[in-house]
Amino acid sequence: MKHTLAVLVENKPGVLARVAGLFSRRGFNIDSLTVGVTEKPDISRMTIVVSGDDRILEQVTKQLNKLIDVIKVSDLAPEESVNRELALIKVSVDPDTRSEVMQIVDVFRAKIVDVGAKSLIVEVTGDESKINAMEELLRQFGIRELVRTGMVSMTRGIKVVQTEK
Amino acid sequence: MPEKMTGAKALVESLRREKVDVMFGYPGGAVLPIYDELYDCEIEHILVRHEQAAAHAADGYARATGRVGVCMATSGPGATNLVTGIATAYMDSVPIVALTGQVPRSLIGYDAFQEANITGITLPITKHNYLVREAKEIPRVVKEAFHIASTGRPGPVLIDLPKDTQTEMIEFDYPAEVKLRGYKPTFAGNEQQIKKAASEILRAERPVIYAGGGVIISGASTELLELAEALLAPVTTTLMGIGSFPTAHPLSLGMLGMHGTRYANYAVQECDLLISVGARFDDRVTGKIAAFAPGAKIMHIDVDPAEISKNVRVDVPIVGDAKRVLKSLVKYIRAGQRKSTTEWNKKVETWKKEFPLGYKKDGLKPQFVVESFCDVCPDAIIVTEVGQNQMWAAQFFKYTKPRTFISSGGLGTMGYGFPASIGVKVGKPDSVVVDIAGDGSFQMNSQELATVVQNDIPVIAAILNNGFLGMVRQWQELFFERRYSSTCIEGSVDFVKLAEAYGALGLRATKPEDVKDVIEEAVSSGRPTVIDFVVEREENVSPMVPAGAAINEIMNLE
Repeated sequence: MKHTLAVLVENKPGVLARVAGLFSRRGFNIDSLTVGVTEKPDISRMTIVVSGDDRILEQVTKQLNKLIDVIKVSDLAPEESVNRELALIKVSVDPDTRSEVMQIVDVFRAKIVDVGAKSLIVEVTGDESKINAMEELLRQFGIRELVRTGMVSMTRGIKVVQTEK
Repeated sequence: MPEKMTGAKALVESLRREKVDVMFGYPGGAVLPIYDELYDCEIEHILVRHEQAAAHAADGYARATGRVGVCMATSGPGATNLVTGIATAYMDSVPIVALTGQVPRSLIGYDAFQEANITGITLPITKHNYLVREAKEIPRVVKEAFHIASTGRPGPVLIDLPKDTQTEMIEFDYPAEVKLRGYKPTFAGNEQQIKKAASEILRAERPVIYAGGGVIISGASTELLELAEALLAPVTTTLMGIGSFPTAHPLSLGMLGMHGTRYANYAVQECDLLISVGARFDDRVTGKIAAFAPGAKIMHIDVDPAEISKNVRVDVPIVGDAKRVLKSLVKYIRAGQRKSTTEWNKKVETWKKEFPLGYKKDGLKPQFVVESFCDVCPDAIIVTEVGQNQMWAAQFFKYTKPRTFISSGGLGTMGYGFPASIGVKVGKPDSVVVDIAGDGSFQMNSQELATVVQNDIPVIAAILNNGFLGMVRQWQELFFERRYSSTCIEGSVDFVKLAEAYGALGLRATKPEDVKDVIEEAVSSGRPTVIDFVVEREENVSPMVPAGAAINEIMNLE
């Protein structure tokens, strides 16, 4: 079972190492981890996707809360949140396949952000399954390079992840 | 107008503000400016002979006094030598602040001389750590470090100070309070949850209280006694909980777990309610976890929420400080009507009569040595090394007060006891301080004899000398067909001469009838003393639950 955690942390050097180190030494698996600054410049927000049953999730949450630099940990319910990931995919193209690739990109409401003689870079945004589907479809043309940001997530509606622990 | 001073002076001034009067350390290039400040400052600095000892001494000081212990080392090897001591303190939730020098900021990351990434190294073994980036942070960082180390579930905090921050000038302004939005430990238990716990307790017919080191840290021994007596519930303690409940009390079951008493383990296995206070269901306590306290509801009182349901599934959790929670719990229990526990008390009594702790009295037995210390100096603070010496010290001394049994439980650090006893004696100068040691463990930090002699710290190292790494030998005897691979250390050193070489008093006992005399001589000498007790070589710690077995599957090795 996958869980998406929104973790507010102090925007200070070394905090990422504390969080990542905690996961590895306690044997928790990270599916993806993203981090960036929030609307408050002294607070960063991590989105961590972690696999495990409820017991593991409970331990992850409690152990994260023990870190002094962690301000708030929230488990975001998937049905109540917007989940997005961005991928850049460099696809091999030739004159025969170029238009087919562009059609797929169009259907997925993705973008072509770089055009070369033998390749295109496709930028696609969406939830995990959309990006997986895009990757699957482009594979036949030859994917030369692929990079994903990892997921970011936000609760729908007025509710926000606040800083009080 | 804030005073201008160097970072080093600001550090020392901050320590003074935290009421530090003693610290343990070892100088080096990257802490020279700090040592220069200490030269004419009222904080006493005790120079050890290895940085590991500084960390253990700070730890012993903290455990004996309840105050924060402070140790210091230089960058690189000085800092890495602290690591075992910091890990020891971390595992047993001991409040220490470790100060390390670091290479100047401009050299960090360039593999400079004596550079080690000590904040990285100690990340998993500190409650928190700091790399000071600007000298002006020093007062705030020290304030936070002492606060974090000593509150909630205590633990070690390390502050790494680049050499150039020690000489940088700042305006000293000590903060009045800490502001840490990510750190707010829960002290008061949830009142509803405590009420629920009380009604659960009143329904129990076969309750057992399982007390850990948290009771001692929280200063909750009185409340624990009140709870036990209100319920007539037997009390077993972990190794770390020894001293939280008087061993001689009729409700005391002694220690549980791998080398616990049979009756403690039987009581836990047959209870219908296990009330855990400040303990963490360590594997040395639970044995085979699936078979632990099979018929019991589990109640868990702990200040650290992450301990709840970490190892066993808890039925009634209460997050909070043991003292406050127990106080409130006792109030509800006294107001209610409890079930009779007469049958249960009788049953436990029968086990206690049938399976007492004991040993065969032939030759000079290590257990007899421990009992003799208890006879001669019952109020002594007992510090231990790790292994058989530790278990015998746990089993055969009658502890009456908290903070009188000082031992490395979680990490199991051989070599802990002797340097820790330095800190204990410095913190409790009026107590007799005895390090119950093995000949193996003692040799891991015997260089500290120089420290105790130079600083006139009269601790007694009582070496139970069997010429073996005894606990490992015991396992080899039991589980490896007596193939004593690398465990025989017979004839390593003459401990009496070793003591004398350092200027300490060296004594030896080879017969049971000598034991009391040498102990009395050591106590009355008022000098740092090593006693070489030449004990039976292949004595085993008994009873014993083999690793991985349920705690009622007990081997009798007497």
